[in-house]
Amino acid sequence: MFRDTINLLRKDLLLEARGREVVPAMALLALSTLVVLHFALGQQSLDGKLAAGALWIAILFSATLGIGRLFVAESEDGGMDAVLLTPVDRVAILVAKVIALFTFLVMVQIVIVPAFGLLLLGPHLAPALPKLVGILLLTDAAIATVGALVGAIAVQSRLRDLLAPLLALPLLIPPLIAATHATAGILAVGGPEGIPGRWPLIIALYALVFGLLGIALYDNVLDD
Amino acid sequence: MTEKRKTPGRGLRPLAILTAITLGTAYGMVFFWTPNEADQGFVQKIFYLHVPMAIVTLGGFVLGGIFGFIQLRTGDRKWDLRSYVAIHLSLMLALGTLITGSIWARASWGHWWVWEEPVLVSFLIVFLLYSCYQPLRFSIEDPDKQARYASVFAVVAGAFVPLNFAAVRLAQAYTHPRVLGGAQNSMPGSMRITFLLAIVGMTLLYATLWKFEITSKTTRMQLGSIKRRLERENTGSPA
Repeated sequence: MFRDTINLLRKDLLLEARGREVVPAMALLALSTLVVLHFALGQQSLDGKLAAGALWIAILFSATLGIGRLFVAESEDGGMDAVLLTPVDRVAILVAKVIALFTFLVMVQIVIVPAFGLLLLGPHLAPALPKLVGILLLTDAAIATVGALVGAIAVQSRLRDLLAPLLALPLLIPPLIAATHATAGILAVGGPEGIPGRWPLIIALYALVFGLLGIALYDNVLDD
Repeated sequence: MTEKRKTPGRGLRPLAILTAITLGTAYGMVFFWTPNEADQGFVQKIFYLHVPMAIVTLGGFVLGGIFGFIQLRTGDRKWDLRSYVAIHLSLMLALGTLITGSIWARASWGHWWVWEEPVLVSFLIVFLLYSCYQPLRFSIEDPDKQARYASVFAVVAGAFVPLNFAAVRLAQAYTHPRVLGGAQNSMPGSMRITFLLAIVGMTLLYATLWKFEITSKTTRMQLGSIKRRLERENTGSPA
């Protein structure tokens, strides 16, 4: 099962490395969102709550793009049949997709977090970075568990690219609430503040619940 | 399929009559028996409509998730139909809840929408999520797949409802009136009885509508299959 997961994950990452379709598009959308937010808010620099909101809007928008494309390789040309014909546990497929989406999100953030620091953020990024990276990674895990499930559902529908963001955004509001609250303190004017323990806890619990839901439902989600 | 011989609409009439009586009594009591609330006056009476509606809506969403779960376990599409009707009715009630909640908020807090109000906000998020149910369902053509994916959605969203309420509540201040429980906030007897009766009435209304729609859909399907058989017999027999 572990080897299967690694192999499936390698396939997804290799496809992305050769095709370079999803991650650049996600990063570009996130960057464009930051630029749009600069003009929409009419602010030269942001801090605290506004900065956290801007960062998370950009990340969420780019995540919905990634979620919509997560199962495209499988849905086209009978890719899913091929995957299901191999003697692979379906949970391995889920886990591989979650890790793939997580990797994509991290790659996007490696680009856009420094860009955000340069373009919009008022306080210095460097002192905030350790805590910010922690919250980002944790929330990425939550987005990835929700996203893998939503992506698998949405890809079956005719409205695939329309439905993925519509389904994903409401489902991601609870971790978003916790993430913005935690990030607002990290990006405050007077340097990073401590994070109340409940915010990371909410995000982690959410990721856990959706991970379990995914494992429980995956037999029904993956099919032809 | 001996089960199909049963009349689908059996029990619908008594249920409808019971609903009419209960709801009629409850709202009669609202207007003629319960006292006007001291702070808010007459407008507080929307509470007897808004709160039962909200409770039944959420119960309906969770019920849809449970039916969806049974569908996934048994693979019987009957359960998918039940789940679909439950969610579809809850969605309409949810719209009613949002509108009545908004009216109440305007009357008692002065604003149509109050973002500090966790229950209202959670409700909106849940409403937005369930608004995707029908587009998802009807954009999957294969009937088996449709039933399966709609059920998966119903289960995921059903689990999301309580999670979302907990998360939104944690993030905000407590401004919503706690209705039941809490000694400082207890209602006088007449209000409590009326409120409980209104909940029962609303639940019965939901059950009646649910049964009505199931009956109508099953009957239509039976009619369709009879028509098809007739056509087959007509074209099959030499004229």
